[in-house]
Amino acid sequence: MLRKKMNYFPDEVIEHVFDFITSHKDRNAVSLVCKSWYKIERMSRQRVFIGNCYAISPERVIARFPELKSLTLKGKPHFADFSLVPQDWGGILYPWIEAFAKRRVGLEELRLKRMVVSDESLELLSRSFGNFKALVLVSCEGFTTDGLAAVAANCRSLRELDLQENEVEDHKGNWISRFPESCTSLVSLNFACLKGDINLAALEKLVARSPNLKSLRLNRAVPLDVLQKILMRAPQLVDLGIGSFVHDPASDAYNKLKATILRCKSIRSLSGFLEVTPRCLQAIHPICHNLTSLNLSYAPGIHGNDLIKLIQHCRKLERLWILDCIGDKGLGVVASTCKELQELRVFPSDLQGGGNAAVTEEGLVAISAGCPKLHSLLYFCYQMTNAALITVAKNCSNFTRFRLCTLDPVKPDPVTMRPLDEGFGAIVQSCKRLRRLSLSGLLTDQVFLYIGMYAEQLEMLSIAFAGNSDKGMLYVLNGCKKLRKLEIRDCPFGDTALLTDVGKYETMRSLWMSSCEVTLGGCQTLAEDRPMLNVEIINEDGQIDFSADEKQKVGKMYLYRSLVGPRKDAPAFVRTL
Amino acid sequence: MSASGSVSTVSRDDNLVSSSEDSSCPDDSDLQLGLGLSLGGGGAGNSAFKLQQQASFGAQYATSLTAKNFPSSSSFSSSSSSLGKPSHASCAKRSADSVANAYSSQVVGWPPIRAYRMNNITNQAKSVATDEYNSMIEKNKRKNGVVENTTNGSNKNYGTGKTKTSLFVKVNMDGIPIGRKVDLSTHSCYETLAQTLEDMFLRPTINVTGISIQEHDTRVEATRSLKLLDGMSDFVLTYEDKEGDWMLVGDVPWGMFLTSVKRLRIMRTSEATGLGPRIQESSGRQRNKPI
Repeated sequence: MLRKKMNYFPDEVIEHVFDFITSHKDRNAVSLVCKSWYKIERMSRQRVFIGNCYAISPERVIARFPELKSLTLKGKPHFADFSLVPQDWGGILYPWIEAFAKRRVGLEELRLKRMVVSDESLELLSRSFGNFKALVLVSCEGFTTDGLAAVAANCRSLRELDLQENEVEDHKGNWISRFPESCTSLVSLNFACLKGDINLAALEKLVARSPNLKSLRLNRAVPLDVLQKILMRAPQLVDLGIGSFVHDPASDAYNKLKATILRCKSIRSLSGFLEVTPRCLQAIHPICHNLTSLNLSYAPGIHGNDLIKLIQHCRKLERLWILDCIGDKGLGVVASTCKELQELRVFPSDLQGGGNAAVTEEGLVAISAGCPKLHSLLYFCYQMTNAALITVAKNCSNFTRFRLCTLDPVKPDPVTMRPLDEGFGAIVQSCKRLRRLSLSGLLTDQVFLYIGMYAEQLEMLSIAFAGNSDKGMLYVLNGCKKLRKLEIRDCPFGDTALLTDVGKYETMRSLWMSSCEVTLGGCQTLAEDRPMLNVEIINEDGQIDFSADEKQKVGKMYLYRSLVGPRKDAPAFVRTL
Repeated sequence: MSASGSVSTVSRDDNLVSSSEDSSCPDDSDLQLGLGLSLGGGGAGNSAFKLQQQASFGAQYATSLTAKNFPSSSSFSSSSSSLGKPSHASCAKRSADSVANAYSSQVVGWPPIRAYRMNNITNQAKSVATDEYNSMIEKNKRKNGVVENTTNGSNKNYGTGKTKTSLFVKVNMDGIPIGRKVDLSTHSCYETLAQTLEDMFLRPTINVTGISIQEHDTRVEATRSLKLLDGMSDFVLTYEDKEGDWMLVGDVPWGMFLTSVKRLRIMRTSEATGLGPRIQESSGRQRNKPI
């Protein structure tokens, strides 16, 4: 009855309804209702998210979504961030640009994470899509400032150029002078990760002719006096990343800056301070009151009392990224000042000495007590206790992301010398909306029992140096129904765990296992049983002999579901079984 | 008892079997939610397994840890009671901590920080060092220097933060055909550089017992090993400066050294003649030093 009624609506009406459905999950669900809806949905879909670039081919994406305007692509597995994936593993952008250019896709936005982006691909991109508006590159590599120059020169409608934590070869920044005089549409420009010099005059002129500029993140090469001139031109900025903040506090330039900053009443997000004279920070205090986001994780020059004073002005902070030199006491100040805090990330500042500057469980407990809205945490600490985690779980049951990293990966609770099973168990039991979890410290199979039992919404789990037996992994695979990404390193999980429920992996995006107990035979069995999975063995030092003994342990395995079979660009050291 | 005795000596595979026997409960019904002692064995067995796993990072590491940390039985409850003895606990804790610090710096990809950020930590260490040097100069210049709380530069200090990303120089040691490279930007003083070079050339295998006696305070650990800097050994550390001259390391302030060093050489003291009066002094010191 209902279906008959729905058929009375012309397609245009249904399409209009679908315009209001924006989340990828919802649109995917809608497309499964019936053939008619599938067709309407695919013809009207403009934004496509592809979590694993090897799960599908560009041709098939275009065939299904011809009206595609915005593409998000992720390449290498997450552990590539930590040097666990060799160079040249893959994740190459060029074939996508080539295919899209050939089919004349009206691409306007491209967001990439952990992909290899060559200058050629950037040049092709810049010449192929006349309406291209936004390029966001996160943790990518393979390009130089020449590629950026091409984008600047050719993308006439460019609104957003956002480079976050990429490894870019810097050919001495004249790329910024390649933005034509006619380019006045910039809304967001972030080049903080570039290491080299930049043409300062060209930068100033660019800012001057960009009235819509809301977000600007500078690199280290932009000195304080130029910052002042830029802020004069762009008092409407909402998000500012300061490059160099070094000057004589007694100088004219500094005083000018102080006055200019007072005009920037819209700044809500602040980052950078890649080099800083602490005495100059007073200039920033007037805008701290309105800040909702503060990222000082690349500013080791701000610490001690200067850091505390700064934070004490930031009562409206919702997101804070800092270095562990803030110390437990500093976190106490955060806890008593930042009552609106939702996301906290504490990064390590010193990997050699340890102990001195790091934070401990005390800081985290203070934060949990003072910041009831906290739901996202990344915390690198010297040590953690079960008692602290249990307290945190009681104080904050809203966590959606909880990532804890003890600097010693197998450190037990230092007070009781017990594993941290109970602490993490309390977290998963209390935080019913937990979607992402990373564990560390001494951990046994018990913690995985808890996770399997309580972490019903868990989508991503990262495990290292934990567990005693296959049981650990099995608890997780059996219990976490919504699991999408599982990454494991240095755990005693073997073939039994891998092969008990092979169908599970087709409900997930990917599984990474390195330095575990899985064998070549186990992986081969899995690959044969599930043709929809690509089971890749990374054999970088040639240790594995694929024709020989099945009982060889596999150093690195990455498996993922795919609609297009084994990839054709795999390097010699990657074998898809 | 015998299980733990075997832990320290069995191979990795066997240990997997024995630790899973230790750690897993007799039957699943014993897996309780809560601080159940039934999983006690899991603790020690688990740690012991991990230590064996970590054996790949240096045999000495594994054996020294298992000897010190897990002297008694495999069941966790009994080892925790033995840890109750204060001296034992602190000994175990300290060696675990110091080994842990060594551990975390030797494990690939740990702590899990994006490579981009990791590189920044290294570079920032150098910029702090440069600022320390400059603040040192400022303090020396002014009579009543106001000592800032922060280590990062003094009032009048600006424009000094410009740092290069890394400063790798070649290091050769007399008698060793293959040279090394060291990144000077990761050091802030001569002492840590000398320590690193010693570890590179004089102790090429990962010797954790050497590391384990270090305190966290790098200053303290540095003063214990000035063999290359004070002329007390057969070797002395020299560098080639921009003008092509070979100089003794340690005479000029660190920052100045960084700007003029081109490469390093660990030279036999006997060959280090003509490098200045200091050599005669140090040989004299050697003779006079009581044994």
